[in-house]
This record gives sequence, structure tokens and C-alpha cells, in this order.
Amino acid sequence: MIGIIDYGAGNLLSVKKALEHLKIECRVIDSKEGFKDIDRIILPGVGAFGAAMQRLRSCRMLEDIREWVLSDKPFLGICLGMQLLFEESDESRGVRGFGIFEGKVVRFKQGKVPQIGWNQVSIQKESCLLSGIDDLSFFYFLHGYFVEPKDTDIIIGTTEYGVIYPSMIKRGSIHAVQFHPEKSGVDGLRLLENWVRKC
Amino acid sequence: MLAKRIIPCLDVDSGRVVKCVKFKNLRDIGNPTELARFYNEQGADELIFLDIGASYKSREILIDVVRSVSEEVFIPLTVGGGLRSIEDMRKVLNAGADKIAMVTSAIENPPLISEGARIFGSQCIVLSIDAKREKESWHAYTHGGRHDSGRDAVEWAKRGERLGAGEILLNSIDMDGTKEGYDLELTRRISENVGIPVIASGGAGRLEHILEAIRIGKADAVLVASLLHYDEYTVGDIKNFLRGNGVCVR
Repeated sequence: MIGIIDYGAGNLLSVKKALEHLKIECRVIDSKEGFKDIDRIILPGVGAFGAAMQRLRSCRMLEDIREWVLSDKPFLGICLGMQLLFEESDESRGVRGFGIFEGKVVRFKQGKVPQIGWNQVSIQKESCLLSGIDDLSFFYFLHGYFVEPKDTDIIIGTTEYGVIYPSMIKRGSIHAVQFHPEKSGVDGLRLLENWVRKC
Repeated sequence: MLAKRIIPCLDVDSGRVVKCVKFKNLRDIGNPTELARFYNEQGADELIFLDIGASYKSREILIDVVRSVSEEVFIPLTVGGGLRSIEDMRKVLNAGADKIAMVTSAIENPPLISEGARIFGSQCIVLSIDAKREKESWHAYTHGGRHDSGRDAVEWAKRGERLGAGEILLNSIDMDGTKEGYDLELTRRISENVGIPVIASGGAGRLEHILEAIRIGKADAVLVASLLHYDEYTVGDIKNFLRGNGVCVR
């Protein structure tokens, strides 16, 4: 059973609809009690970095998620759910992220911000997530900030928007993407299905 | 590279897609769910549904349409038309919409933009501007193009961005349904004055018009309706044409 973390914001409805369309069992989790019977979790998200960390704390799910990721259980972060894995963000100075990965989240300095629309992912490393997906396929992006990992080894895909930045990362069973697979048509659905069945 | 988006627009009245010329003279086009599926298969980058029925019942029907479309079409969906409160917004977002578009309610009640952006995020809020030329400038109109708000359209776009809108959907009342091309000057003026994406709308009659809206109007996305509704072209035809002219499309 897949658990989709609900902390009062975010796009979990469309993630749920996408999984249901793929006939994959999932459940929304909004408290620490909800983690029972769950073997994979998705942390979706739109909204601000600081507000999200605060909500996760007040829903008492912060430590459970941290423990989950630290014990390398299957995890998929989407958009803000990717950024929260890092130490801090320019969006909300002074707020600590999960700090699973070293590095911070910074704002785009060129072009229209937020970036809204379909952009390409250049594959940097083979991955279970990208099985059957061509290099330079388009995915739907919606964000003003991007991650700058210290350990560049975790980067499996990059995207260009005035700057070349990491749009997919992976370490062990932890995967995260900056785009929205649940809104990225056929390739997005394939990526979600890959994560469930191949990663 | 970020692709230019092609966005089919479905004007819906009581559960039927209609098309109007200069905001008047409605014609029946078809079933919104079927059209949404059809355009998605053609490679549409997003879909916009505008409720022009302006009745409670028409809105309820559109919400049902969005709910069923969002269960099988996995691209961004925008809904607009008669949304006047945070509760109205929440209702369409909960039905599966990703963004909401506002014209009249935004002008009558600008804090609705900032409040919506605070609660749902800027990416959810599309400021839709119905603009009509007045000598050397453009005015923003409300109530389906019937009422002149007196606001300068460019200034209103800038203010909308400051209030927290994440995108501008720019409709030219003068060009709407004429098939004579987008209002390039208006599109360019707004696009150069805001730091958020601008979707050009109103007037596409030939493929070249779309290219002009992007090249000359500097639009980030284009709305298309009649060009697609009458089977003149598919989304694929539009993209092939743009690609052949060096524009990045998906």
C-alpha cells in the first residue's frame, strides 16, 4: 500500500487520481497513525518551504518521515517534496528542512519566475524510474526554486531554465523529482508506474 | 528548454462547449469531456474550461465535467467563470482543477487574488484580463466583455502580479473570434511588463498567427479554440508548424 502524505497543502488529489488510474492501491496519510501497513510513501507538495515544514511538524509526521527516509525505505518526493529533503531554502530563511541531503534550495535568477510549463529532462544516469522513457522527454514543471546538492552523485536527471539544475535525484530507495509526474501525461504516468513496480 | 504551450479552451454553457464571436453569438460545439479527451490525445499541454453559463446549475455541471476529466486526463486543468470566493475556488480545485482563472471577481475584489495565492499558492491563480482597445491603450472589461472597468489593462496586469497571480490569461475582445490574429501589441506590452507567464488569447485564424503571438507578442503560451473546434487543425498540426519554425514545443 502506498501512502500519500497530506499536510494540508499540495497536489495530493491529482497524485491519488493518477495512481488510481494506474490501478495502484494508495491511501492518504494525515497523521502518524496512518503509517501502518504502508510500504512506500509519496511526499507531494506545492506551496512554501517554511509553511510545509511547519505543517508537517504540527501534524506530528515530521519524525516519522525523517526516520522512513533515513532507514532507506521506498520514498518519492515530488516538487516541494524534493526540496524539503535538503537542509534549507532561500524561500524560507531560518527554517530547517529534513537535511537528508546536504545542500540548499535556491531561487531562479533568470527568466520568468516561477517556471511554468513543459521542460525536458536530460538523463544523467540510468535509473529504474526512467525505464522506457526517452532522454529529453518533457515533464510539467511549476516552481521558483531548485536544489543544489553538495553530492552531485545523487543527480540522475537535469533540466535547463537559464541554468542547468537537478530535476531528478536518487540515493538508494530515495527518489525525488522537481516536476509533477501526475500532470505530465503519458511519460509522467509511466514514471509513477516505474517507481511502484521497478524501483 | 521550456516549451511554448498550446492550450485548447473550452467555453462551457450548461454542460455543452460553445464558441462565441466577439464574446457574443454562441454556437454549440460539443461535449466537454469528449473534447478534453480528444485534445489531450492530440498533445494539448493544458486545458482551460470557462463556464460562461453564469448560473448555479451551469457551474455544478462544469464541476462534474472537471471531476471526470481529471480522472483520465493527466495534464494541468484550469477552470474559470463566475468564481467569486475562496469557497468557490476550493470547490473547483477539490474537483480536480489545478488552477483557477478570474476576470470580473478579480477586478471587483482584488484581495481575492492575494487571498487565493496565500491559501492555494500563486501557481493556482490565473489573472484573466479581457482587454479592449481605447485609443492608445487598453481597458480591462468585466461581465463577459460588457462592462468597462476603466482600468488600464497593462497596469492591472502589473498589479495582479504584485497581488500574487501566477499567470496572466490575456483575451483581446477586439480580436476574439475574428480569425484575424492575436492583438500582438497588447500581448507584447503585457508580456514585457510582467515577470509571470502570459497566455495569449483571441483571434487565431491561421497557424502563422500563433507563431506571431510567440515571436512578436512574446507570449509564453497560446489559447486556441475555433482553430481546433472546427477540425481545421489538430494540436499536432500547430506544434509541427511551430517546430518547423524553430519554436520549442513538446
